[in-house]
Formats: sequence, structure tokens, C-alpha cells
Amino acid sequence: MTKVTAQELAKKQKEISVAEFFERNKHILGFGNQTRALLTSVKEGVDNSLDSCEEAGILPDIYVEINNHEDGECKVIIEDNGPGIINQQIPHIFGRLLYGSRFHAIRQSRGQQGIGISAVILYGQLTTGKHAKIQSKIEEGRPVTVVELAIDTNKNRAEVISRKTDHWDKPSGTRVEVSVVADYKRGRRFVYDYLQSTSIVNPHAQITFKEHDGTVHVFERTSEVIPKKSIEIKPHPYGVELGTLIKMAKNTKSRKLSSFIKSEFSSMGDRTTIAACEKAGLDRDLNPRNMTREQFLALHKAFQEIKIMAPSMDCLSPIGETLIKRSLKHETKEISPEFIITASRPPSVYSGNPFQIEAGLVYGGTLPKDTPVQIMRFANRVPLLYQQGGCVTTSAISSIDWRRYGLDQPSGKGIPSGPAIFLVHVSSTQIPFTSESKEAIADVPEIENEVKLAFRECARKVQKHIYKKVRRQKTREKFDLITKILPEIAKKSAKMLEKPVPMLDEIITKIMDVVWIEDIIEYEKIKRTPLQTTLVGENLDGQQQTGIITKSKILVANYKRTPQQFNLYALIPEDAVVGTVEPKPIKITNNYIKWKLNTIPPAKKVDVSFELAGLDKGDFDENDLYVEQINPAYVIGADKWEGD
Amino acid sequence: MVEKDYSKVITKIDSIAEKIYRDFEKATIPFVNLPTRTKSNILFDNKLNVWKYGKNTTERSAKSLDGAYMLLRTIYMTDFIKEMINIKKSSTLREMYYISEGWDLAKFGSQQESNLLAEDLEVITNCMREDFKLRPEEDGARVIGNLIIEEVTRNNKKKRIHCQDDVGDAGYSIPYNVEKEKINFKGVDADFIIAIETGGMFDRLVENEFDTSHRAILVHLKGQPARSTRRFIKRLSCEKNIPVLVFTDCDPWSFRIFASVAYGAIKTAHISEYLATPSSQYLGVTPSDIENYKLPTDSLTTEDINALKSELTDPRFKDSFWKGEIKLQLKMGKKSEQQALAKYGLDYVTDTYLPEKLAETGIVKK
Repeated sequence: MTKVTAQELAKKQKEISVAEFFERNKHILGFGNQTRALLTSVKEGVDNSLDSCEEAGILPDIYVEINNHEDGECKVIIEDNGPGIINQQIPHIFGRLLYGSRFHAIRQSRGQQGIGISAVILYGQLTTGKHAKIQSKIEEGRPVTVVELAIDTNKNRAEVISRKTDHWDKPSGTRVEVSVVADYKRGRRFVYDYLQSTSIVNPHAQITFKEHDGTVHVFERTSEVIPKKSIEIKPHPYGVELGTLIKMAKNTKSRKLSSFIKSEFSSMGDRTTIAACEKAGLDRDLNPRNMTREQFLALHKAFQEIKIMAPSMDCLSPIGETLIKRSLKHETKEISPEFIITASRPPSVYSGNPFQIEAGLVYGGTLPKDTPVQIMRFANRVPLLYQQGGCVTTSAISSIDWRRYGLDQPSGKGIPSGPAIFLVHVSSTQIPFTSESKEAIADVPEIENEVKLAFRECARKVQKHIYKKVRRQKTREKFDLITKILPEIAKKSAKMLEKPVPMLDEIITKIMDVVWIEDIIEYEKIKRTPLQTTLVGENLDGQQQTGIITKSKILVANYKRTPQQFNLYALIPEDAVVGTVEPKPIKITNNYIKWKLNTIPPAKKVDVSFELAGLDKGDFDENDLYVEQINPAYVIGADKWEGD
Repeated sequence: MVEKDYSKVITKIDSIAEKIYRDFEKATIPFVNLPTRTKSNILFDNKLNVWKYGKNTTERSAKSLDGAYMLLRTIYMTDFIKEMINIKKSSTLREMYYISEGWDLAKFGSQQESNLLAEDLEVITNCMREDFKLRPEEDGARVIGNLIIEEVTRNNKKKRIHCQDDVGDAGYSIPYNVEKEKINFKGVDADFIIAIETGGMFDRLVENEFDTSHRAILVHLKGQPARSTRRFIKRLSCEKNIPVLVFTDCDPWSFRIFASVAYGAIKTAHISEYLATPSSQYLGVTPSDIENYKLPTDSLTTEDINALKSELTDPRFKDSFWKGEIKLQLKMGKKSEQQALAKYGLDYVTDTYLPEKLAETGIVKK
């Protein structure tokens, strides 16, 4: 064995380019096999397109095409109607890894690291040797720039092969064409599922998928409203790491520690800043740039020990229950489910990172009864298709005992079986993925707990729905009895005896002995009035001339023997606009309408109705009615009002 | 022939509608009470010597959907009966079931339901089905023996029929109406009536001329006997003072045939005194006979076993004879048929088995 000197060893040390690193570790980015490679290529392109459209306030219209060449090579085309990319930026965005606008910003977005699309181009280059073609147009009336580029993996820089300008009909947008080696036969199903799932959590997007054989699938837009723009926030003291804290202090413009804390972190006011400094035993006037490691350590520790308000939740952009329900309804039309239930948790925080959980549950119809329920997982509106077993959402679902809610689950643990689809959406400024391929969410107790709470709420709603159905069925029989059979007995016996038909009111109240509340919901197409435009984004163009008015009609019949007077509540979706309400309610809030009903004499009825605008047909398909100041056991068709 | 007076029937029928109408007027939820028609509610009537319904009653109330439907159907059925009486027509139970198809909400789900309701009406009004101008689908069974029957035929003539000389091998056919306005017994010369479960055995006894050789009147029961067959046996036995013997297969279902002839059926306990012949005796085949005569057997099925067990709690089978025989059969786990006696030849039943069994009863000397 020959001895090697340190000098000789030093000669071998050299910098590894990022591109070179990923070239060897492509599995980390989701290119591990040829099936995954196809999906990842589509996914990165679509995620980018959706992000850029939303940032620019454009309703996304995304086109995905896959052409299958021989030798297992596919050409993937992704085109959007987004804001486009200026000429100078094109090589950077597509030809450099770890180049992006979203990495440093703390707010909810799909892509974060700036690896995605350039990794796809790199993968294509490595497997096919072909260049990627990017075309982008930023403004109506300007030409489109078409760039062919490759990635220089040593320098992590784009190599522009050709650049020309052309004409494109689109007002603006970006189109990426990249050839990759991929398994089209096996991968197409994943691509389809991914696009369908994406469409569910992005109801404002229209996605068209053209397959190799010419088949075109259109995942339609079901909402005209662009998601609320998430607002960028500063880091929260609970979530900041020591290294980041030091780096922030070195770069700050603040001269004093107190102003540094107050201006560079969220949720820090005068009081909390003083508290943090006192806890850390630091002078508020210290220059942050001159602080020692020990001082930073003390500050970092102090942050964790004082009470700080949760960060602002404006940085989150949840989908909303109405839209989740509408999307699920639209995408599960063929299943004709019995009901769709959604739940939305209030925002919460883990390690200073805001997050929010939304859940949905589709039940019944033609879904198979004896297979495990399908779980659709989403993080920041991106479907998670792999590693279901390793995801915190799955373990949260598995830890709920579903047997009480009509699903099969041996030993009360694990993924339940039954005719259901579960949807879970995690929005956060920082989704804690288990790995860079972003397929499973790590085991964060706060997230697990919120997912559990969301699904428990769904389960409770399921139970309530089933209970209501059974109770209705039972009382429906009584209703038949008093409305059909009893009058018939009276009529027939009177006829046999040639006497007048007797009065039934009193007997009816004896038999029923309840207050009966029945409702129907109707939808009416109307010409759009100024009333609705408040709910529609600015992007509404002339095509959408009509709207839907949801009309809910409630019949309250007093079949008790005594007069009844009580308050009635009807829940309404937050995003609806209330139209005509009759009789005059005593209160209307974002969530409900409240009536104080006049005294109803025995055997008499009262009609109650309200109209909702700003919803699609079917968004509001079940009344949720509550009563107050009456024994709820006397009431069929409404539950006890538990307060706001 | 004198027209039957239906005015009482109409009064009784109207009383149901009146009861319901009065309930409406008083703002009471309409209801009708009737005796509970199950095994648990039959009691032995010492005066009549038959099993009748006990004191338990069932309330049919419009409180429940089912009860309300029952009341509605009851009203419809009484109205229909009244109409039939008025237009002097009658209908079969099956015809009524089909007519009820037009009763809208009151229509029946099955003929079983309409038959049961017709029986309920009998129970409520103390009338007989015949009073309601309703007749069963099947008429009674066959009779052969030294008996003269005078029957009023459909062209309103009285016709005398000798049940040996005037009939073929199939015998005299019992009509559905066997009341006095229809048939009367004009002359009889026989020592006993033998009621036979199966047609095969009836024909065997006919072929072997058992009716003449043993001065017997042979009656075919055709399985569970129709009301008219039971009423026929009852009238003949009472009016002419002739003992009745029942000859069936050896299984729980056959025991029930005997019970309905002798004590009355649970379903028709309200008219047991018209239908049952309490002096009837069970001739065989008994479970003991299976052992004594070494008859070919089949194993009891689960249904058989359950039926036997149920009979152990049936008040009609409470005496020591039946308790002993039923327990014996459960122990053997076997059943047998009347015609199994053919094991010993075609004449064995008439030459050996029946004479021996008759001797046991003491009705006929050996």
C-alpha cells in the first residue's frame, strides 16, 4: 500500500456543481423510475403554471400534452395562460437549479425551492440528450420569445442554444416542451389522477390533458374566483433556527436589538420584545451585528419561553368548504355519492409556521363497499400521490375509530374500509415534507392533531346525517298517516254512514305531537345582477351572464296540541349573499339567519324562506336548521341551537 | 227457499264504521279492539268443549301507520261487504283480493292479508264469513258412505244424494256452504266417521270397500281441512250422533290437522263451536305405531322438530297422550306416512291396522 500525502489528497478535492449532484441523485427529486419521471415532469410544470397564474391574478388555463416517441421517450408539453417570463429570466428559471422567487418568501405556494422545472429539463437532457424548448409571452401585442436551452451541469448555468421571436395567439403565457425518457404506458394513469386531483383542489383552474392517442380530457373550472392571494409574512420567533437568527442579525439594517426583533419578526410588539430581551438577559440597545453566539443562543431560547401571538394567517390560502364540496361533487358525479361532507379547521401553528387543515368526505353511491377508503392528500393545493403510508395525514386518519361512523375497521385502527373517499388538504407556509420529493408530510404532532380534529368533525357530520335520515324516515311515515290515510278513513266512514266528514285537526295533533319542519331547496337561473359581482373576481369577462339563486323554502307545522312560539335558525355558507328572506328575520350574520316566529296555533303552518346568491347549483343542498326556546324533542327537522 | 236475513249483519258491519266515526267526533285516535289471535291466547271453553280465544285483545289503532292502514282496509272491506249484500252477490276471498286492487291506499299487499282481515271481521262482528257473502277458493273434500244428503241445488231444487249409490269412486263433494239452508242429512247408517288426511289412503279405503265392510263414512280431509269439511263433520257427528276418528300421517303437521278437527284451529278459534268436533279421536298413525308396526320412516327435519317442540307448549296438546307421543317422536327423530302401511301389503291397512286401532278406541269390537 503506497502512502498518499495530504497534498496529493488536496489535489483531488474540488467543488461539486449542484447540477452534478442531482445528476447522481435524481431519485431524490422524484425521477427514481420511468413511471415517476413522467409524473414528476408534468407535476413540476403544472405547479409552476398554477403558481404564476395565481400570482398574476389570472384564472389558470393549463394545457398538458404527452407525446410518446419510440424507445420509451416522451415529449411533455405544458402550456399556461400565465403572465409569462421576461427574456432575461428564461435561462435562469429553466436552466439553473435552486433559482427561484419563492424560496425566501414565507407564504403559501406550491413550489418553493426552485428546483422543480429545471430538474425536469436536466433529467430530460440526461436521458435523451435533447434540448428543452421554452416559449413565453408577457404582454398582448408583443411577440413570443422561443428559447432552446440546455444546462451546463458544471456551472449550474443555462446554455442558450437558440433564441428567436415569433407570433403567438395567446395574450400571455408560457409553454415548456421537454423530452424525457419515461414509461408512458404505466405513467399515464398517474398523470391522469394527478391532474384530476389537482383540479379538485384548484377549482379555479381549467386543465386540459391531451394524450398520445389524441384523447382529450378536460377538467373543468368550477369556480371563477381566484384564491385569495396569500400575503408574505416575516418569520415567527417560534420557528426560527439559531443559524437563521444569526444570519438575519448580520444582515439587518437595525442598529438596536429591540428594533431588529420588532421589524424582522412577525407577531412581535413592544411588550413581547421587551419580554424576550429581559428573558434572554440582553440589553435592548445592543447592536445585533455585534452579538456573540452565546447572546444569540440566549435570545433563541428566550423566544421559546415567552408567550407570543400566533403569526398572521393571511399567509395561508385555504380552498374553503364550499369550493371543496363543489369540486368533489363535480369530480364524483359518476359515483353519484349519497352525500359530501366537508370540514375546515381554524388556522394553527407548528414551530412558528402557520398551517390549516381542510377535510372532505364523499360517501356512498357506486363506491366499492369492501375496499379501503381512498385517501386524497394535498399540500398547498398539490396532490400527494406516493408514500401514503408514511404521511402524517394517513396516520391521523388511521388513529380514529371509524367503526362508530359506519365504516369497517378491524380492531378500530388503520385505514377504514367502506364506500368513501377522504380528502385532506394541508396549507402552510412551510409544509414539513419527509423528503425532497415532497410526497409525504412528516410526523408533526400539531398537524396530526388538527387532521384528526377535522376528520372527527366530518365523522360527526356523517353520523348526524345518518341519524337525521333515519328520524326523517320514521316521521315521514307519520306524516303519510296524517296527511293521507287518516283523512281517507274519515272520509270513507262518513260516506258509509252518510254523515259529514269529521274534523281531524285535533286527532292529527294527538298523533303527531311534534312541530314538523320540512324544507326544500330550489335553484333558479337568473340574469346576473350587481348583487353577485362582489363575489366574482375582476377577471370575469362577458361570458358569464347568468347566475344561480338558491331558494330555500321551509315549512313549519305545529302538530302540538298547544300554540308554539320559538326561534328558528338556518345556517348559511359564509361565501353566500343573502337575498329575500321571509318572514322578516331578527338577525342575519355571515353564518346564519335567525327568525323569531310568531305564535303558531295547533294544526297551523307557517312558511319561511330565504334566498342565497353567489353559489352554484348544488353548493347549498341541505338546510341545517336549529330551534331555540322550545323543547327540541318536540321538533322534527331541526336540532337544538347551541349558540353561535 | 227463504232469503237469508242480512239486516243483522249490516247492523254489525255498520257498527265498526260507527265506532270509528264516533272516535273522530270525540277527537279520539280511532281504534278497534279484537282478540289476540295467537297460540298464547286460546283457552278451553268448558261449556262448548272447544278451544276459544281468551281475554287478551289487540288494539288496532290509527296511532301507527300499520294500524291506520288496517283500519282503512277494514272500512273498505265492510263497505264492500255491505254492497255485496245489497246487490245480492257473493265473491271468493281471491276475488275480493283482486277487487281490493282498486282500493287505492287501502289495497292489500297479498291475499294472505285480505284473508286474515276477513277473519278479523268475523272475530269483531261475531258473524261468519258466509254472512259476509265471502267464500273460500276451495270447497270441501269428498265423502263416501251409507249416508243420504239432501242438497239445495243452484236451480233451487232439493236433491237427495246417496253417498254410495249416487256417486262414483270420487264420492260426494262437500260444497263450501254446508249450513242447513244448503244441505241436510236425511238418513245415515254407519258406526263411525273416519277422516283421512291423504287422497291416496282415502282411495285405498274406497277400493278395499272399507265403508261397507266396517260401516264407516269416509271423509277425505285434503291436508289441513277446509272450514266446510270441518263444519260438515261437526254437523254430521252432532246431528246423527256418530263418533269421529282421524287418520293421518305421523308428523307434527298431521297432529295439527287432528287438533283443528277436534279442538278448533288457532286462526278460527272464534268459531270453534261451529267447526270443531270435540269428541273426535286420533286413530293414528301415532309415533308408538311406528315402533309397534315397524313402519318405514324418514328423519325429522329441523322444521319438524321445531313444530313438535312448539306443540309441547300448545294448550291443545296438553294431555298426557299427546305429551307422551310428541316426546316419543322427538326421541326417535323419525316420522312416517299413512301409506307406509303398504309395506305389509295393500289390504293390511283395512284388514289388520285399522281394525286393531278401532278396537283400541272401543268404538268397534274386535
